[in-house]
Amino acid sequence: MSLDAKSTGLATSVYSPRIGTRQFIGKVWRWIFFGSTALAIVLLGLLLWSIIEPGWSWLSWNLIANPPSRIAEKAGMNPAIWGSLWIVLGSGIGAFVVGLGTAIYLEEYAAKGRFNDFIQTNIANLAGVPSIVYGLLGLLVFVDLLHMGRSLIAGCLTMALLILPVVVISSREAIRAVPSSLREASYGLGATRWQTIWHHVLPAAFPGVLTGIILAMSRAIGETAPLLVVGGASQVLWKPDGLFSTFMVMPLQIYNWTGRPQEEFEHLAAAAIIVLMIILLLMNSVAIGLRQHFSKKARW
Amino acid sequence: MSSTVAPLRPDDRPPLNLTGKKSRQRSEEVIKYALIACALVTLLTTVGIIGVLLFEAAKFFAEVPIWDFLSGTTWTPLFAGSQQEFGVLPLVMGTLMTSLVAACISLPLGLAAAIYLSEFASERARSILKPVLEVLAGVPTIVYGFFALTFITPVILEPLFPNIGTFNGLSAGIAIGIMAMPTVASLSEDALRAVPRSLREAAYGLGATKFEATARVVVPAAISGIVASFILAISRAIGETMIVAVAAGQSPAGQSGASNSVFDLMNSMQTMTGFIAYTFSSDVARDSVAFYSLLGVGLLLFIMTFGMNLASQWVTRKYREEYE
Repeated sequence: MSLDAKSTGLATSVYSPRIGTRQFIGKVWRWIFFGSTALAIVLLGLLLWSIIEPGWSWLSWNLIANPPSRIAEKAGMNPAIWGSLWIVLGSGIGAFVVGLGTAIYLEEYAAKGRFNDFIQTNIANLAGVPSIVYGLLGLLVFVDLLHMGRSLIAGCLTMALLILPVVVISSREAIRAVPSSLREASYGLGATRWQTIWHHVLPAAFPGVLTGIILAMSRAIGETAPLLVVGGASQVLWKPDGLFSTFMVMPLQIYNWTGRPQEEFEHLAAAAIIVLMIILLLMNSVAIGLRQHFSKKARW
Repeated sequence: MSSTVAPLRPDDRPPLNLTGKKSRQRSEEVIKYALIACALVTLLTTVGIIGVLLFEAAKFFAEVPIWDFLSGTTWTPLFAGSQQEFGVLPLVMGTLMTSLVAACISLPLGLAAAIYLSEFASERARSILKPVLEVLAGVPTIVYGFFALTFITPVILEPLFPNIGTFNGLSAGIAIGIMAMPTVASLSEDALRAVPRSLREAAYGLGATKFEATARVVVPAAISGIVASFILAISRAIGETMIVAVAAGQSPAGQSGASNSVFDLMNSMQTMTGFIAYTFSSDVARDSVAFYSLLGVGLLLFIMTFGMNLASQWVTRKYREEYE
């Protein structure tokens, strides 16, 4: 309810000139803000429809079980599914170990100071480096310099570096959320620093760390550019049989099919996107589920 | 009845040693250094990126003078002989034009969404809209590329611009804008939410309407975070690869034959990232000048995005309003 200038009888023009107009302007803007936000729903709907409409009828067992082929009806992305699985697991484990280590060091060991600030700024900057630049790094260092060739291991290492900043940032937040009383109680009972971290801090921070790593892995499964640079775009007909084998991943297979002139391959690409999005959705649901499951348990 | 309390520790026993085993202290040290080694990986990554890009790009600049590269207006690295030219400006224009389109979409929409979510939305509206934005942010960029090529161009743009090419800068820019919008929305919302309630209440107390309090008090108070989110979004747009690789085409702006203008969004408009991706999807000889040219492009791309990231951090630090 707004104060009406006439009913109060005061010289209200000083503090509420044209209140009706002003509130009307406010309402209009409110709808503009709402419309912009709701546009996101419309866009997501269009995006999903533009994939499901051409792709749904092309979803088949062939797509999952067969190797790529020139004949669209027979073509599948079995090697790409295996490749994505290997890349996501490999890079996830690598980034988990190094990222968690970095986060523990920064939160529990490093003294506040220039060096710590420098590492932090550096990590923030790394998070903003375009993914294709990581691809160039992987190509020049892992593929060429360390003679790994265009192999799975080179892809895993490149991807691990790419998702490392995400893992460090989310792990740090999880560790920081553990109350210091827990650490002090542990020190009071005579535990060393590492015993405190290993037996008390990490178990308490683990759900947050795990959520972060799954989200990072779901980024890795959708990344295309760095693996295009490291792995090349040539078709791979077999699933990887070791760390030094060639590989193909789902987004690259989609890129390959999207680039072909025949319309069937556009449908095939759409179907492959549906599979990729379902896998992503599953990974994200697991992350959200874990977060909710553990946030109910741990309360400080 | 008298009772004697037995002493907890008879004096003839040796004193308790609470310092622990020697090996425990040694392993503490080992673990500490292992953790430092982990932290150094992130530093090494930065050193590695800058090092290899500079080192390999130097080979390219030995063949092509750096000034010719930066000021040349023709980009034909895959041509033969005297027709081969390495003027990067058309690629830079492609990147800037698509990023400009993306900015025109992601910045206003993202900021409006942030304002709505932070200032106006009910809990229920938030619980629906926030996950939608998160899903949009998590969609792989190759999917946005597919969306631009098979939906934005033929369904939305072709009815409006009948002469538009199959591959064009406009559709790629729009798709990048949609991709970057959740970044702006999420970071700006954080900045808006950090503005203390008392500021809003003071504005209401002075007779401001909700919109006036938002536009004249809350948004200016959060401006450092908002600008930082804008810069980050533009930096992401510049570095985006797969959308332009799929939808923006493979000839640099003004060189597609259909158009001579580097500003022409209706036709093929290769960007810096698009060129790098294209080189790897076609087989270019590894020891050719054409191959090394992409390291020059990569270095330029890295410098541009790195500069913008530093700018974003600087803005956050320099113009942050601290509230207690």
